[in-house]
Parts: sequence; C-alpha cells; structure tokens
Amino acid sequence: MREEIITSGRMNPHIDPYLEIWHWHIPLYLFLGGLAAGILFFAGLYVILGKENKYCGAVKRAPIIVPFLLVIGLVALFLDLKHKLYFWQLYTTIKIQSPMSWGAWTLMAITPLSFAWAAMHIREFFPKWDWKLPILKEIERFLHQNKLVLAWIMVILSVILGIYTGILFSAFNARPLWNTSILGPLFLTSGLSAGAAIIILFSRTHKERNNFAKIDILLISIELFIIVHMFMGFLASTEVQIDAANMFLGGPYTAPFWIFVVIIGMILPALLEVLELRKIKIPVVLPVVLVLFGSLMLRFIIAYAGQMSRWLY
Amino acid sequence: MRYAMAIDTKKCVGCADCVVACQTENDVPIGYCRDWIVEVTDGTYPQLEIEIRSERCNHCENSPCVRCCPTGASHYEDGGIVTVTKHKCIGCGACIVSCPYDARYSHPEGYVDKCTFCMHRIKKGQQPACVAVCPTKCMYFGDLDDPNSEVSKVLKQRKFKTLIPEAGTKPHVYYLI
Repeated sequence: MREEIITSGRMNPHIDPYLEIWHWHIPLYLFLGGLAAGILFFAGLYVILGKENKYCGAVKRAPIIVPFLLVIGLVALFLDLKHKLYFWQLYTTIKIQSPMSWGAWTLMAITPLSFAWAAMHIREFFPKWDWKLPILKEIERFLHQNKLVLAWIMVILSVILGIYTGILFSAFNARPLWNTSILGPLFLTSGLSAGAAIIILFSRTHKERNNFAKIDILLISIELFIIVHMFMGFLASTEVQIDAANMFLGGPYTAPFWIFVVIIGMILPALLEVLELRKIKIPVVLPVVLVLFGSLMLRFIIAYAGQMSRWLY
Repeated sequence: MRYAMAIDTKKCVGCADCVVACQTENDVPIGYCRDWIVEVTDGTYPQLEIEIRSERCNHCENSPCVRCCPTGASHYEDGGIVTVTKHKCIGCGACIVSCPYDARYSHPEGYVDKCTFCMHRIKKGQQPACVAVCPTKCMYFGDLDDPNSEVSKVLKQRKFKTLIPEAGTKPHVYYLI
C-alpha cells in the first residue's frame, strides 16, 4: 500500500500538534455578539415597522440585557488578547481587509448604541426612574425624538455584527472548515434565532410570544438548511474541505455536533415551539434555553473543529 | 527588490543546524522555533522516497497574515519580507490562525513572532543565519529581481516547487526538487 508519512520537528506551544490558539473566549464572544445582534435587530425592525407597542418585549424589554451581553463579550475578547496593553492599537487604524478590524469598529459603534437603547426603555423595568441631571433628561428626549433613525442604524449595525461573527472565521483560508462564506449567514441566522428566543422570554403578551415562536421556527429551519448546504458544499469541494466535513460525518465532532447543536439545540426546541403553538402547555423557558445552548455549542464546536482542520503538505 | 530563498531538498540532510542557528541568532524562546525540519516519506515499501525540507515562513506575496491583521502590526518590509511590529501587535492570534503553514507562534511575552529572513543581517549585507550555517550549502538566498543573485540563478537551472500553492499565497520560499 502506498503511504505518505509526514514528520515535523516543529513543536511550538499552541500550534502543534494542532492549532489551539483560540480558547473559550472567542466562541463565547461570538455567541454573545450574535445574540446581542439578534435582539437589537428585532428591536430596530419593529420600530421601523411601526409596531413598537405591539411588540413591547422585542423593542423595549429584551434589549435591556444587550449592554451586559456586549460588555461580557468585550471582556472575553480582551482576555483573549495576549499582548493586552496594546489593545488600543485596534482603534488607531481601519483595515478594510481584516474582519477583526471592522468587527472592532462595529462594536465600538453598537455598544454605546445598545446602552442608549436600554436607557431609553429603563422605565419598562423601573417605572419611577429619574435621570436627575437635566443634561441626561435632555439626551433622553433627543434619543426619543430620533428613535426611528436610531432603529435604522441599529438594524444595519446588528446585521453587520451578526454576520461578522461568521465572517471572522470564513476569512481564513488556512482552516478549510472555516473557509466557506456560508458561515456568515449561518452565524447570523443562529444569532437571530437566539435573539428571538430571548425575546420570547421577555415578552408579556401571548400574541408576541406566539409570533416570535413562529419566527424562531422559521429561523431554525433556515439554519438547518444552511448546515446541510454547508456540508454539501464541503463534500463537493477540494480534499481538505472533504476532510473538514468528515470531522462531522463520522469523525471526532460527529456526536457533539449532531446531538448538541442539531438535535438538542435546533430540532428539539423547534418541535417544542410547534407544540406550544398547538396550545400544548410547555414551560416557556425550555425551548429558549435549548436554542441558546445550541447557539453556544455551534460556536464552540466550529471554533475548536476549525482549528483542527488544516492543509497537509 | 523581492527577497526569496531556495532550498535544495536533494542536498538537505535534516541536520537541523538551521533551526539551532536561528534560535541562537534571534533569541527564540526555549521550546519554540521559527524554522523546522519536515521529513516526508512516500511510496510503497521497499520503494520509499524521502524528502527533507527546512521550512519557515514563506514570506508570501499574498500573505493572509498581513491581510487579516487588525492593527497593521503584520506588514511587508522592503523586499517583501513579512514581519510583525511588536508594539503594534495586540496578540489576537488572527495571523496565527490565518497561516496555512503555521509558521507563526505567540511569543511568551504576548506578541506574535516569526521568521524575519534575518532582516537585521540582510541589512548588513550578511545572509540569514540559517543559510549561513548550512553545512551542506543547500540554501540559497537573494533578490529575485536581480538575475545574477544566487537564488535567481538556481531557480533558472533547477525544477522547484512551493508549499501549498493552491492556497494562493504566492510563497517566496522555493524547494528545489
């Protein structure tokens, strides 16, 4: 039998025998960023559609957690940096070709916006809230006057943020598993689905909950379609990408991916939501937690598996 | 000016002198290396062929690491040498992930480190440390734009290949086969 044996004398820490440079920080941030993007997208969307009062959970209540999500995500990103004191170098330049650069700038814009949005709706949770300082009251008035503009900016930025979490990976042709442009839409859809799930949790009306359950089912279906599509693409591609797909089709990531992400994180919550729509009593929190879990696992598995996938030469 | 290196796989014996010379010259932290030896054994026993390569950063013309660096720390120096500016590097690891050759590593001090073609030596008119010490003289270094440079001459005479050309990186380290 013809054999090829490659022996390398290199043993650099975190590089060999396989790449392990990105740990839990990156997938956690990608999850939180995607989730934040999902929530803000729906919040902005329903303001633009003029259904602000009908979709109170989406517009006013759920966005209250977004600043926390983004701040935790940013802390995770910062912890991941290995030359931490130089992090400000990110904001000395804009590099169009580097997804990480425009991701950093998007975060720079969307984080304060999320704080502003949460502040505008603080009275949903604390009805007697008073900003005390006149300047703050003035700012609040200004923000409310320009709410529609803010909503548009938020929808655009949240789509960029959501899709960027996937593009960050797909820009690396060195890692065949990541090197597919469909990862952007997949992570965006997953983020939107997670956002819809959180909104279900925050919403107080039956109608809104039902509506978001429908949206979530649709998004999960799109996600499943994209996943199938992604593997079809890999299997029809070059050897390295076939190898990458095989990690999930019989290889080491088969069980975690199909069980945790697809079955527990997508199919099961979608079924529960369908049952809920059929008026069968199911705890609201159950499908929500499952969707969030699936969304988190998707990022962890893709992040770790991608670092294992490589070119052999 | 386009610096390049040609390495003769027929002459290389895999002694790893280049690896040690680089570690000493560049003060590479213990346990790390900027260049390394790869042995590829191919065939059906007993008809086996062996190829020995001294590998390092390929100083690609279309470097994914330079493209994905968010701060511009990874950049091209004169002659197409790909290097990292320490005080601009935030240690995000994007360049490490982007390199199909895995030629970079995270220095214990936090920044990303890699082969520089011994830029400090080239500026003095010397050869990179690995080339200078090679006991079999299997490495050639020079300017591709100069038809009389060692590397241009040997690439004219011999068959050569680059590593993973299909990755589209346009490497500047050539392997004579």
